[in-house]
Amino acid sequence: MTSVVMIDKAAPTRNVKYGSMSRDRTWALRWSYFFLTLFAIFSLVPPIYMLITSLKTSAEISAATNPWWVFHPTLQNYVELLSSNQFLTFFRNSALVSIFVVTITMLISVPAAFALSRMRFWGSATLATGVFLTYLIPDTLLFLPLFKMFAVFGDWTGIQLINRWYVLLIVYPTLTVPFCTWIMIGYFASIPKELDEAAIIDGASWFQTLTRIFIPVALPGLIAATIFAFTVSWAQFLYPLVFTTSTDQLVLPVGIITSLIKGDVFNWGQIMTGALLGAAPPLIIYAFLMDYYIAGLTAGATKG
Amino acid sequence: MADVTLRKVIKRYEDVEAVRGIDLDIADKEFVVLVGPSGCGKSTTLRMIAGLEDITDGDIMIGGDVVNDVPPKDRDIAMVFQNYALYPHMTVAENMSFGLRLKHYPKAEIKSRVTEAARMLDITDLIDRKPKQLSGGQRQRVAMGRAIVRNPKVFLFDEPLSNLDAKLRVQMRIEIKKVHQKVRTTTVYVTHDQVEAMTLADRVVVMNHGRIEQIGTPNDLYHSPATRFVAGFIGSPAMNFVPCKLEEAGGRLQIRLSDVIAFPLPAARAARYQAVARNDKLLLGIRPEHITDARSHPQPGVETFDAVLDVIEPMGMETLIYFLIEGQEVCGRVNPNAGARAGAPLRLAVDLNNMHLLNEVTGVVL
Repeated sequence: MTSVVMIDKAAPTRNVKYGSMSRDRTWALRWSYFFLTLFAIFSLVPPIYMLITSLKTSAEISAATNPWWVFHPTLQNYVELLSSNQFLTFFRNSALVSIFVVTITMLISVPAAFALSRMRFWGSATLATGVFLTYLIPDTLLFLPLFKMFAVFGDWTGIQLINRWYVLLIVYPTLTVPFCTWIMIGYFASIPKELDEAAIIDGASWFQTLTRIFIPVALPGLIAATIFAFTVSWAQFLYPLVFTTSTDQLVLPVGIITSLIKGDVFNWGQIMTGALLGAAPPLIIYAFLMDYYIAGLTAGATKG
Repeated sequence: MADVTLRKVIKRYEDVEAVRGIDLDIADKEFVVLVGPSGCGKSTTLRMIAGLEDITDGDIMIGGDVVNDVPPKDRDIAMVFQNYALYPHMTVAENMSFGLRLKHYPKAEIKSRVTEAARMLDITDLIDRKPKQLSGGQRQRVAMGRAIVRNPKVFLFDEPLSNLDAKLRVQMRIEIKKVHQKVRTTTVYVTHDQVEAMTLADRVVVMNHGRIEQIGTPNDLYHSPATRFVAGFIGSPAMNFVPCKLEEAGGRLQIRLSDVIAFPLPAARAARYQAVARNDKLLLGIRPEHITDARSHPQPGVETFDAVLDVIEPMGMETLIYFLIEGQEVCGRVNPNAGARAGAPLRLAVDLNNMHLLNEVTGVVL
């Protein structure tokens, strides 16, 4: 017993928190909590406001009451929206477009990244930089020429692409493929050269090296790229606004705006409900894949 | 039959010639070590045998077939890399069986081969672990296991022990030798460590600047080096080189190191060096173990001289001594009880029966 007491006496007299964390670090941590809290408030206010508004009736929204409180909560907006065929069509279109775009993007960008990072061929380095530069061109510059191209294509071949939801399957990959390829190039580059050499000596073809070694090893990066492609195609607004007009061809973000704003009448309750419901799928995907996503963003910085 | 033959093999990277036309015959079942300083072209040579690098010119033959344009997977070789290169997402068993699975071997055959290799390498207990759960030495065993299960014509090792600590390196060295004694596969092993080269090899190939300096058994290289590079590279501490002159004195050939130090040559040596021009720039090459403390009983060919010691390094079983001859530092190995003290003079003996005479300009051992 005495020895225990003696150890206690020998312990440091200052107030130790989190082991031997230094004073500097404690302060750094306080500041980071301060700014994180600030940032959390900043980014959470809009969705909270949307949630509050979506639970109100139109009458309450336009009434001059405290906008931050729901006096007569109702799920009427949700019921109406979820039972409307139109909204479900938008949702279905969005889901189809996103799933197809993610699939197309991955099928193109993973082999492309593998080729650019591993199969050294003439111009591969330039091409890799080129892929990245493509991503830097703003989307807004491209929608007019793309529209014109699809119109001309329709005139020549008789295949009508404009005002069909599947035109987005051609358009979105122009945004997602360059960036996903770039992410995957970085990932594949962090895999040691000896690993594919070992695979090649073991008798693997290039394709087997990609599917049996590179894809499993770079899985976090692959998931990061998938999430990116999904988010881009799910949240895209300008392109679907331009390329699709008929109600049955619209995707969610455009559909909400065009069908719930009638002239100068804004159906705020349903707009907010629709936006919230539309934001749900990416949220759910993020929540499930968050660990992978973080690992994906930070790997390569250290030796994976 | 899996002999490996290199004929005038050249590797050029744009304007740099990494390998400058080497000829090498490796017999079936032989363990050959390529050794040399970094950048000497040894790894490039190995990678060309593996097929990971194209050859610019010349021919490489494995088992009598020219394999210049044969892809690595069809050369029937296995390679062990310095950083192990294990597939991180696979277990030890999966790592080892990857090559066999790609070739669609029957499951039972794969299992028996993996079990056998794991037993040989003493990694049976680790068979279900992932590489990140293994220590460096264990990983290297798995990498060797992956090579063994393939039962290839040729094993290629690219500095496999460089990432291990000194103690483990010695252990794994013995392990590699044991494995080779069991499986008797033709092996080409690259290292920059001359001790590894000496201990493992049936024959050592010393490379420098993209060329082969000398090929020979470890003992050949140690006792009869062909060039100054080989003489200096093999052996630790390295061989001493002291500028010297050949001269006649009283009808006998003698070698003069300084105004005060000159040794008559033993008869066998004198006969050998008779034809050497007297005014050539020459070097005396003598290994540290042939400079010892003078013993009371004189032996033929062993000459004594006095030196003031600069530095002494007690190693336990012996003491390394350093002194200067004409400004040139010379190392010797004396008995720990010889009374060597830094700054003090000591009577030393040099065994000229084991001397080498080199042409300083050409670097050739005469």
